[in-house]
Amino acid sequence: MEKVVEIKDVWVRYGNQVILESVNLELAEPAGLLGIIGPNGGGKTTFLKVLLGLLKPYRGSVKLFGKPPEKSRDLVGYVPQYKRFDFDFPISVWEVVLTGRMSHTGFLKKYSEEDKKAAEEALKTVEMFQYKDRQIGQLSGGQRQRVFIARALATNPKLLLLDEPNSGLDPHMQDELYRLLDRLKKDMAVIMVTHDLSAVSVYVDRIACLNRKLHYHNSREIPVEDLEATYQCPVELIAHGVPHRVLERHNGNS
Amino acid sequence: MFELLQYSFIQNALAAAVLASIACGIIGVYVVVKKIVFISGGIAHASFGGIGLGYYLGINPMFGVVPFSLLSALVMGTVSKKSKIPEDSAIGILWSLGMALGIIFVYLTPGYAPDLMTYLFGNILTVPRFDLYLMLALDAVIVGAVYLFYKEFLALCFDEEFTTVQGVPTQKLYLLLLCIIALTIVVLIKVVGIILVIALLTIPATLSRKFTHNLKQMMLISILFGGVISVTGIGLSYALDVPSGATIILVLSFVYGLVAVGMEMLDGRGVSGAKNSP
Ligand SMILES: Nc1ncnc2c1ncn2[C@@H]1O[C@H](COP(=O)(O)OP(=O)(O)O)[C@@H](O)[C@H]1O
Ligand SMILES: [Mg+2]
Repeated sequence: MEKVVEIKDVWVRYGNQVILESVNLELAEPAGLLGIIGPNGGGKTTFLKVLLGLLKPYRGSVKLFGKPPEKSRDLVGYVPQYKRFDFDFPISVWEVVLTGRMSHTGFLKKYSEEDKKAAEEALKTVEMFQYKDRQIGQLSGGQRQRVFIARALATNPKLLLLDEPNSGLDPHMQDELYRLLDRLKKDMAVIMVTHDLSAVSVYVDRIACLNRKLHYHNSREIPVEDLEATYQCPVELIAHGVPHRVLERHNGNS
Repeated sequence: MFELLQYSFIQNALAAAVLASIACGIIGVYVVVKKIVFISGGIAHASFGGIGLGYYLGINPMFGVVPFSLLSALVMGTVSKKSKIPEDSAIGILWSLGMALGIIFVYLTPGYAPDLMTYLFGNILTVPRFDLYLMLALDAVIVGAVYLFYKEFLALCFDEEFTTVQGVPTQKLYLLLLCIIALTIVVLIKVVGIILVIALLTIPATLSRKFTHNLKQMMLISILFGGVISVTGIGLSYALDVPSGATIILVLSFVYGLVAVGMEMLDGRGVSGAKNSP
């Protein structure tokens, strides 16, 4: 069976600055939901870009489903970090979600019936189908986030990557998001990165810490030592609000 | 007024206005929503190198400007993304480099460069029939390319990174878009000239944005605005005996100002009305 993700000794730098250092990660089916936490600037977005084939590591290898990222476009869904958005952009929810089908449709072809069905299903999954004709700027932040998730789902991915999907959402909307991911992880592997520790909720199956190096032990507990190494401060300062069973001191579960 | 339409130069001017409105209406929308006004201005000004080259080689300057503007588009698109210096600096350098080349070529051309001013500032009342055919052919290429690449261009303009992740060769697609912008600039040169081209690429599209949130409708509305306004401008410039290109831009800016202020006032009233209601 092919591994969902197989990353071996990956190093990434911008200019002379090393951003990712000897990162290793293996995920096998069923992968469930992997939460990756780390401070701002820790390299979370960079890590996802490596997985997506947008950035080439200068050392190491990346394989998704046994293939390099460029060959697995139609298997990966991507929800980018919230960007400063052009709210006026003349595009509807429906048109946005259809762009998630491009890896299937192919160049220079019109969207097929199958594409439209997938887009419809994706919008229904996130309960946004009734808004399909809205211009993208005329939605609330939480609704827009769900549309971007639908765009990723329209690809029919086997691996879903989310970059800080919880930022900018109020606690209630965050909870809805996690419940949605909880449903989705039954059909696909999900990797969510976040700098917000409270997101490490009951829903994740595995946790990793990322700050230049990736600390990963294939479990849902984080050794306190890893957390302190990642954030470089005592755990009491950062683990505020984290369910206690997630943290684990001197237990050597790794 | 109607007897004017019998003159072939007026007929040519109207045809040129329509052909120019189609090109700038469609492509201006991409320029505006992708926020690439500056690089488009760069391509337009650098194209002056092609005009100079045409004079220098003794050929129709329009034949110089087509390849030269395409080359500028490719060089600017590549250098601005790949070089280590900031994108707008790279564009600024290439912008003036192209113009400087044009000036040197014109200087080196023996004798006098006729019509040089019409390339810089346009003169829609003197568009030769041949240039009309060239504009028609370029319009066909532009409309055809947008028809073929509609879904790709929309995705590219909205979210370039996501489109790359979908396996679309966005870098090449962006260069293609810049090349189509270059061809649009060639279509517009005889109407308003290189110096003023950017107004036709931005004003009708920006205006249309106030009326719709749909890209195709934006294109139609901005073609309509461009057409009506440039025909009005031609009429005014003929009646007042002032330069046509600049007149068209003045009318465009005037209409834009009217619409913007008008909408602002309507909006203002809407907001205060809402505040007053319980
Ligand atoms: N395009 C870039 N050029 C240079 N440095 C960058 C670039 N993108 C990110 N970085 C740097 O890489 C580091 C990691 O960034 P990022 O992956 O965005 O972190 P995170 O998503 O965890 O906040 C940061 O120090 C950031 O300044
Ligand atoms: Mg980030």
